[in-house]
Amino acid sequence: MERKTIVFKIQRYAPNQDKEPYFKSYEVPVEQGMTILECLWYIKENLDSTISFRSSCRMGICGSCAMFIQGRPRLACETQTLELKSSTIEIKPLPNYDIIKDLVVDQRNLFRNHKKVKPYIISEKATSNPTKEYIQSVAQLEQYLQFNYCLKCGCCLAACPTMATDTNFLGPQALAQAFRYNTDSRDRAGNARFQIVDTFEGIWRCHMAGACSDACPKGVDPAMAIQLLKRHSIFGSRKEYSDYAGPLPKNRRPDIPDAPAPTVKGARTNGRGNGKGKKGRR
Amino acid sequence: MRESRLWFLFVLAGACMIVLLGAHLFVMHLETFMGYLGITIHEPLAYAEVMARAKSVSWLVIYMALLILALYHGLYGVRSVLLETINMKHHSTVTAVIVIVGLIAAVFGSYIVIQSYMMGGL
Repeated sequence: MERKTIVFKIQRYAPNQDKEPYFKSYEVPVEQGMTILECLWYIKENLDSTISFRSSCRMGICGSCAMFIQGRPRLACETQTLELKSSTIEIKPLPNYDIIKDLVVDQRNLFRNHKKVKPYIISEKATSNPTKEYIQSVAQLEQYLQFNYCLKCGCCLAACPTMATDTNFLGPQALAQAFRYNTDSRDRAGNARFQIVDTFEGIWRCHMAGACSDACPKGVDPAMAIQLLKRHSIFGSRKEYSDYAGPLPKNRRPDIPDAPAPTVKGARTNGRGNGKGKKGRR
Repeated sequence: MRESRLWFLFVLAGACMIVLLGAHLFVMHLETFMGYLGITIHEPLAYAEVMARAKSVSWLVIYMALLILALYHGLYGVRSVLLETINMKHHSTVTAVIVIVGLIAAVFGSYIVIQSYMMGGL
């Protein structure tokens, strides 16, 4: 396979050693199909083992490898090197974050704000040991589904011009998650979340630049979530709540096969298993 | 109070001001346009005309409403600009200062409007 040599200009900075960030260049032989992350691993394994970056899943699921590639926040594992169509590629850490080392940034602010908006279902019926499932229609699911795809990679905060000027802003990621849970038909803590996001540092600090939605590698639209939160804060939301499913039918349809035996010791089959349980599997 | 309620009042005040400020502008400064509508206004800024309006209850209500709405709308905007530029720990101080300035201006403005009403016809 044909290889093309591409120069990677990577911002290096170790706060305890360097006075200020600087760029270091590396030449990498790139083949068709190589991602930026693979090129970074090539550099670390063959050219400079001191370079630091985060990565984990390599398939756009974990959000660890978000960085500022060619002037734009992207996931390194989802960015095809040759598709950037440049013989020089500049990589910097995500803006609007403190640098820990090289391309690794401090994401504590992201997760702190995420935690603030109570990103979990709150319901008086929710327990740690639910006995029935909630009924949720497809239409109810679609109300929040796209916001469920958020990886917490932090690209949206890196792109946000408001985050650049106000570190107290809750940020598009947290606000989109507030919308996600407020819109979930199983959740009943909308008012509690509005106490947190309906503030000057919350939804009203957003200037609707829309850069967060443009930057999101998973196609989530936080800007829309923020505008919808504003609408709901003024006019209220016409949310449909879902409730627990009714009692299970006693006579099961004959075309539905037996559920597999439980794999967890002590798990209940709720009368739907094949009756053999763990014995049947052993 | 939730920020959304403050913002909604800000927008509502702006919408009301379009009507009230429009009435003020047409009566005081755009008498030519009023002439096109068939309403003749002679020397709206003359002392006698000003005092004639001052003794009118309708104008008293309009001016009081305009004063309060304009103060709220303007000062909410000033507060927003200041909060975006000032450190968060000073936010409550900024809001308090804005409220105090607004109250002083409202009392002073009300005094002039009410005093003019009480002097009406003099």
